[in-house]
Parts: sequence; C-alpha cells; structure tokens
Amino acid sequence: MKELAALIAGLLFSLGLIVSGMTNPENIISFLDIAGDWNPALAFVLMSAVVVTGVGYRLVWTRRKPIYEASFSVPTSRVLDKRLLLGAAIFGIGWGLVGLCPGPALASVLTSNGLQILIFIAAMAGGTVLQRRLTKQGVI
Amino acid sequence: MNIDNIVNALLGGSLIGLSAVFLMLTLGRISGISGIASGLLSLSLTKADRWRGAFLIGLLAGPLVYMAIGFTPPEVVIDTSTITLIMGGVLVGFGASLGSGCTSGHGVCGIARVSPRSIAATVVFLTTAIITVFLSR
Repeated sequence: MKELAALIAGLLFSLGLIVSGMTNPENIISFLDIAGDWNPALAFVLMSAVVVTGVGYRLVWTRRKPIYEASFSVPTSRVLDKRLLLGAAIFGIGWGLVGLCPGPALASVLTSNGLQILIFIAAMAGGTVLQRRLTKQGVI
Repeated sequence: MNIDNIVNALLGGSLIGLSAVFLMLTLGRISGISGIASGLLSLSLTKADRWRGAFLIGLLAGPLVYMAIGFTPPEVVIDTSTITLIMGGVLVGFGASLGSGCTSGHGVCGIARVSPRSIAATVVFLTTAIITVFLSR
C-alpha cells in the first residue's frame, strides 16, 4: 500500500507539472527573464501549489500519524547555514542555465525527443554524487 | 499569457499541492523530488526505499496517463547546447543535494510549512536563476 500511495502521489505531481506547462523549459526561462517578455505562469503554479499544500498539511497534521507510517518525517532544522544558502545559489544557476529542475526533467523523460533530457538527468545524478563525495571529504 | 494559461497554471499547481498533501497523509513525507530521487542513488537500498521507486515511476508515467485520458502533453523544447545541459545538470544536482532541496521541496512544501530555511533557499535560488538568465540573454 505504501508503494501504491507513492505511485499515486508521483502521478499527480507529474500531471500537475504537465497541465501547468512547467515541463517545458521555455516557460521556466520566460518566467526568470524579468527583463524580457515576462511570463508569470510559474508564479501562479507556485502560489496555488503552496496554498493547497499549506491548507492540506495543516489538516493532515491534526492526525497523530500518517496512514501507512508510524510518524511524520518532516525536517525540523531552522538554521540558515552556509550549506543551505550556497546549495540554493548553485541550484539556481543550473536552473537558470537550462530551465529544468529535477521534477520536470523526470516527468519529461518519456515525451521529449532525443537524448537531451537523459543527458541532463545523468549530469544531475553526477552532481549529486560529487557533492556527497566532497562533503564526505570535508571539502564542503 | 491568456486566461487559459492562468487556469492551467492554477489547476496544475493545485494538482501538485494535492500530490504533496496525499504523500504527507499516507507516508508522512515531504514531496521533494531531489530528495526522493537522490535517495535511490545509493548502493545500500533497502525495502524501506521502495516508495521512492514507486513515486519515481508515477512521475515518469504521468505523460502516458495524460495521453491515455485523451490529452496531448505539451511540447518539451530544449534548445540548449549539450555542454550547457551538462553544466546545468551538474549544478542542479550538486546544489539541490548541498542545499537539501529543490523547487518542490523548498519552493512548494517548505514555503507551505513556513520553514525559514526553505523561504531563504527559495529567495536565493530564484535570485541566482534570474541573474543567470539575465546574463545569458
């Protein structure tokens, strides 16, 4: 049942990205391009997603525990550290370069033509592994 | 941007929200795609990681379901050179991993939780992304 629930969640997430047009990097770049022909779609997507999630989470958290697990796994740290801010800054540069982030990239694997999306995903996996290695070595 | 785009954006965003609420209700988890997917980049996966694979299958299968119910998925246009694509991918993977989240985990779920870390991360990545696009025009 846990797997079925996760499958449904993944599917809903993917459909949300597709319906809103967020799987198309052009829609991301044109949102970030505030000096150009600005396309506010991403702001509407984020706003509605945040409102639904915010209200829904609060309803869910009136329960003692989730349906299929013993407890909620929600991050508790409130510290704004260097890793968070540096990581977010680096993430933003990559996002702005291509117009893709992990969700939309994965949701487009089966519909985009060519190898580009797979190259991007492989590079993403490489970046993740590199980060873990550097952190393990105490570099960052 | 016409009214159809706005309706689609609001509808799509609400579906993303619904997905996040559903995952919290059932598994008690945040819908952070980078975290869910990168959890699979490990040599010691256990049965407890199976939900990650299932979520990923749903994410990948979305366009197929969208077609099956009679719609045409929008075109995905990637007109970026391969080298930029690789650079972008590495930075996205590295940054999301170092910063513990991406657009979904920080931008949607984190802001919905009013997490100071996620609000800060979202402001930072939006800022560097806007600067990057500005400089690469």
